[in-house]
Amino acid sequence: MSTWTISTRSAAGELPVASAEATLSTDVGSPWVNLGIFALFVVVTLYFVIRASRTTKTSADFYAGGRGFSGTQNGTAIAGDYLSAASFLGVIGAVAVYGYDGFLYAVGFLVAWLLALLLVAELMRNTGKFTMADVLSFRLRQRPVRIAAAITTLAVCVFYLLPQMAGAGGLVALLIGVDSWAGQALVIAVVGALMIVYVFIGGMKGTTFVQIIKATLLILGSAVMTIWVLALFGFNFSGLLGDAATNHPDGEAILGPGLQYGADAFTRLDFVSLGFALVLGTAALPHVLIRFYTVPTAKDARKSVVVAIALIGAFYLFTLVLGYGAAALLDHETILAAPGGQNAAAPLLAYELGGTLLLGVISAVAFATILAVVAGLTITASASFAHDVYGQVIKKGQLDEKGEMRAGKITVVVVGILAILGGIGAQGQNVAFLVALAFAIAASANLPTILYSLFWKRFTTRGALWSMYGGLISALVLIAFSPVVWGRPTSFFPEGSLDLYPLTNPGLVSIPLAFFLGWLGSVTSKVAEDPAKQAEMEIRSLTGVGAEKAVDH
Amino acid sequence: MTSAHDHRGADVNYQEVQARADFRELRRTHRSFAFPMTVFFLLWYLTYVVLGSFFPQLFTIKVIGNVNLGVLYGLSNFVVVFGITAIYVWYTNARMDPKSKAIREELEAAGVGLPEEVKA
Repeated sequence: MSTWTISTRSAAGELPVASAEATLSTDVGSPWVNLGIFALFVVVTLYFVIRASRTTKTSADFYAGGRGFSGTQNGTAIAGDYLSAASFLGVIGAVAVYGYDGFLYAVGFLVAWLLALLLVAELMRNTGKFTMADVLSFRLRQRPVRIAAAITTLAVCVFYLLPQMAGAGGLVALLIGVDSWAGQALVIAVVGALMIVYVFIGGMKGTTFVQIIKATLLILGSAVMTIWVLALFGFNFSGLLGDAATNHPDGEAILGPGLQYGADAFTRLDFVSLGFALVLGTAALPHVLIRFYTVPTAKDARKSVVVAIALIGAFYLFTLVLGYGAAALLDHETILAAPGGQNAAAPLLAYELGGTLLLGVISAVAFATILAVVAGLTITASASFAHDVYGQVIKKGQLDEKGEMRAGKITVVVVGILAILGGIGAQGQNVAFLVALAFAIAASANLPTILYSLFWKRFTTRGALWSMYGGLISALVLIAFSPVVWGRPTSFFPEGSLDLYPLTNPGLVSIPLAFFLGWLGSVTSKVAEDPAKQAEMEIRSLTGVGAEKAVDH
Repeated sequence: MTSAHDHRGADVNYQEVQARADFRELRRTHRSFAFPMTVFFLLWYLTYVVLGSFFPQLFTIKVIGNVNLGVLYGLSNFVVVFGITAIYVWYTNARMDPKSKAIREELEAAGVGLPEEVKA
């Protein structure tokens, strides 16, 4: 599996972990420098969040940042939202330990953005108000479609949020030498509390500023390290690859695929399934979609994606250099023995290059990464519950601006507390697979309905419901009977044998199934949808007429 | 034929607009670019993933020094992404935006999409 190993339990044995932790926390870097730089980040972002709160007066301010961000700002924030710890620590670590397979994994995260650019971003911006459900229920029956879209949104947010929160605990073990359960739980609570404060006070504007600052730090930090690594090899990439192969116990094998996903036909197919989920899931992630409503027009939504593509593309090029750089410059056993295992590669490389200070910066960036991503997920979950479920379904759209914002703020606190409890509960569990599951659910439960409702005239409410529930349920059922849960040393039930589905990613089956169900449900519908509504949606999506305008303060 | 009632106050028959040649031309302009490009990049990427997963030996063929076919194919995905993005931006600016702007301005002149209430 991909993503990042969070639990110290799943690292290579208990004893070496404990001793390496002692080594890392005493010899490598200073916890106080790491904490100090992170505290500085918190103070600076808090300033922007409080400033943002002064202009957050309406629900359009709270959920969509007043639609007043520029394309460049929003594109940077998208990069900040999207480049999670799984990208930063996970991909660099995967390349450092498994070589090429880490790169193979990273490519999908970038390619996926073309789908958002070509088919989704502008059309969604033109037809929605705050959430994905606004678009999906536009020309279908409001209530059932909105409820289904809110359920899939919340499912994706929760599955994405849990590993981030649990990861905060693991990161602390790595960066500031806190390795007790209680210490890590405390850190999860602090991260969660900070996130609640950010989102509660600053809403989408505050969240956006946090993401912009984090993305800038992350990309600048990795750019500096990349140039540094390349300089050490005289800007000879081939030489870097050669040294990485010489320094790695698997030698030349790290320059080709197979070390992580190549064990047998099933692990290979598993990777194809993961790639499928990544490339089709990104454009349907609710916390990505909600960002398109923070800009004034569809043209700015387009610009946002272009900027995001440039930043995300540059970032993944950096991870290729940094991953092989870590393989060339660090001792393989040291990486594996460090707390957090392969996730330690990036921080260890930072220490190798720039000592305590650079390690401190990179550690703070890693923290900021988690904070910004959970803030984005929380505001998305809050918008989905308060706007879709409470405002539109329960109150039937009769809620005023103030009421909708109040509901949103209450939801933020509830979601935040649940995330803290869930994160503490998931600590030390093998929950890394949940990120890949979130992508698979987005690709199966959301994407077919998004594309059908934008591009297929004869799509119906029944098709939407079959596709959304079918995609969600099939993904969950497949994962419940997969090796993630049964029969492997890292499974929840290592002794069990109910692993009827051989892959750890459901995408290969659930995505085509959801597309099929959307078609089948539509062609078997006895009730046709309102053609006038379809015409209105198509005209609005392509021309932007009647689209939500920026808030004028 | 009842006209669709826009919630922002103007009566516009969207189906009539949808059937017009200029709107059909706008839709065709978007789809004739976006659909083939989507198919192309998905095939390019999925071929990459399948070859990398099932024919790893192909990727290990060295091309320049230690830079092998796998690294080059991987980097080609970046070229595809940046390339399609650049062409799309040019295409939308030159071909899409003038057409969508014309229809939008015409509809707005007829009263569609104007704010329903004066903001407090």
